[in-house]
Amino acid sequence: MRHLLGIHELGVSGIEELLELTDNFAEVNARPIPKVPALRGKTVVLAFFEDSTRTRVSFETAAKRLSADTVSFSTSGTSVSKGESLRDTALTIEAMGMDALVVRHRSSGAPWQLARWLRSGASVVNAGDGWHQHPTQALLDCWTLRRHFGSLGGLHVAVVGDIKHSRVARSNVAAFSLLGADVTMVAPRTLLPPSVDGWAPGPGALKVSNDLDGVLGSVDVVYLLRMQLERQGEALVPSLREYTARFGLTGARADRLRDGAVVLHPGPMNRGVEIAAEVADGPRSLILDQVETGVAVRMAVLFRLLNPGGEPV
Amino acid sequence: MTVLSDVLIKGGTIVDARGERPADVLIGPDGRIAAVGLGLAASRTLDAGGCIVAPGLVEVAAQLGEPGREGTETIETATRAAALGGFTAVVARPDTDPAIDNAGVVREIDALARSALCQVACSATVTVGGVGHGRLSPLAELAALGVRLFVDEGVGTQDPRLLRRALEYASDLNVIIGQHPEDSSLARGGFMHEGAWSSRLGLAGIPAEAEELAVMRDIALARLTGSALHFRRLTTEGSLAMVKAARRAGLGITVEAAVQHAVLTDAALADYDPMAVFRPPLRPESDRAALVVALADGAVDVLSADHSPQAPEDKEAPVDSCAPGAIGLETVLALAISRLDLPMTKLLQLLSWRPAALVGLQGEQGGPLEEGRLANICVIDPNAEWSYDPRAGASRGRNSPFAGWKLRGRVRHTVFRGEPVVVDGKAQR
Repeated sequence: MRHLLGIHELGVSGIEELLELTDNFAEVNARPIPKVPALRGKTVVLAFFEDSTRTRVSFETAAKRLSADTVSFSTSGTSVSKGESLRDTALTIEAMGMDALVVRHRSSGAPWQLARWLRSGASVVNAGDGWHQHPTQALLDCWTLRRHFGSLGGLHVAVVGDIKHSRVARSNVAAFSLLGADVTMVAPRTLLPPSVDGWAPGPGALKVSNDLDGVLGSVDVVYLLRMQLERQGEALVPSLREYTARFGLTGARADRLRDGAVVLHPGPMNRGVEIAAEVADGPRSLILDQVETGVAVRMAVLFRLLNPGGEPV
Repeated sequence: MTVLSDVLIKGGTIVDARGERPADVLIGPDGRIAAVGLGLAASRTLDAGGCIVAPGLVEVAAQLGEPGREGTETIETATRAAALGGFTAVVARPDTDPAIDNAGVVREIDALARSALCQVACSATVTVGGVGHGRLSPLAELAALGVRLFVDEGVGTQDPRLLRRALEYASDLNVIIGQHPEDSSLARGGFMHEGAWSSRLGLAGIPAEAEELAVMRDIALARLTGSALHFRRLTTEGSLAMVKAARRAGLGITVEAAVQHAVLTDAALADYDPMAVFRPPLRPESDRAALVVALADGAVDVLSADHSPQAPEDKEAPVDSCAPGAIGLETVLALAISRLDLPMTKLLQLLSWRPAALVGLQGEQGGPLEEGRLANICVIDPNAEWSYDPRAGASRGRNSPFAGWKLRGRVRHTVFRGEPVVVDGKAQR
């Protein structure tokens, strides 16, 4: 494993390996001094070509707890300035010396292109590309669910919201399927992709529904996606109010969930839109567990790529 | 002007619109075919053993880089690439900078092309600036300079009222209005074909219907006006079916296909290769197969290399922000021979005499190889196997999805107006 690009490339064995490593780093994070020297002398560059606070802070914390040096690089705005190509930017950063490039980019596929262009042995870690993949999010969600349920095998997960434009949906559906969970994607037709061919490469089945109320009674997990506020302007939904009425997890809907069913959200939440505040803060919510797990998962990823074969702790 | 000697193309089989026959071609010092037959002799002989001797190829849509994009290509480099690819004429795409929308730019290109390695003709934009709306370009003035094909590249003429006027105004000028058929509203924001691959790759798609809606509308306008209409680069099964039906109904519609849509599918984007980004986009296998059928059955009139050189930095970008297109003059013939499984006569019809007639160059280009005609000839070794390396080509552009492909069929010699400009696969100047 040289790069972490997408869930499909990782496969079941890759996912399992990283989830097991995450167990170790969750234990490190529970210590009074949550830091190990595993990546001392390694340099991790955090290249964020798209705004992100949560993921960048999570990766940076992970790198520091492994004693790696971190360099943070971000460009605001919609694209790298016209003067320098993405390839030039990558080669420039590489020339300064780095072991891993953690990249978030608004363009789907950018991490794959970077992985082809880099000349040294540096690893590329996909921290989210366009609408395409967000593998560390999928891994941390799998770890969170596995800790809660013991296994994902046989679970029924509803992924609800703006599937079409969501990298979280694409990576999570693949990971859930690979680990044996059945997935139903729930959204209005305008927020579903034209095709779901190849989305579920594992044993878990994939279904699509436009009826949240019809699905809720049979699920173990409701995974809510962030509703981008600008979708109204693109006429993908008439209004957020109507979206909430049909697809929001309100308190009343949460009450109809089976006993033991849980609620996840990758954040940041639009309280009152896709999720009611009382549900986000309620007993079914694993949302803060997800955030906490994020650091341990990213430690596992960086450790696995930069110290292959090493003992974690 | 180069001083010419007489040249004999010896040992090949002529394939032209008249059919197929083994014969040598003697070219006189005046640049014209002096004799066709056997037992001829000349001071210089070009060996055509095992080769096809055909009228030179004619490209209807080449980006020549000049004026305005000289960093990507020049008329000199493009026509050298064209000659190496068997072309004896290319039509400049009008989306230059400034656009070919006035007599001054046509004259500039004519001047730049004076010592080019093949004939260079101009197409021009339908609207001023080629923006697809606003005022019409001076169609009659441009027609008087020899412009035959008008098209708003890339954007298409979106306004149906304006396209109607263009079709009507053009009807007595002996010119053709071309269209890049794409409904800009449905296509907006898309980077590849909308389907299974775009869904999986997380890229905004352009549905087939964006093209088909425009084709449907423009067929209606062709019916309304009774004028000739040329569709540039059709890519979908639905578009081709509509055009076939419209032609059966007697409408004067011609169709162009680009080679990439006949040999590649949207699966070429699976690894996010910017080289596989085209406009219109690569389509799924069902559309590709329908296009190959249409090439064989005559629904498509001309096959284009769609030569689109881009600067390296414009291809070293994410696929949603890279420049579309590929160079193609040096590969289109070999791709067609290797991948399309068409009879050689059909293939040459699509690449030589049909495009020559479409753009009004039939007096000099694409004609049967017979005594008295200007010698614009390519000699093709249909069995030569080679591996394509864009860096070894003559075009200034290096952008091609076909790098490393094993191809069959290669141009051995090209004769332009009697001058052997390519001999044994090498450009002579």
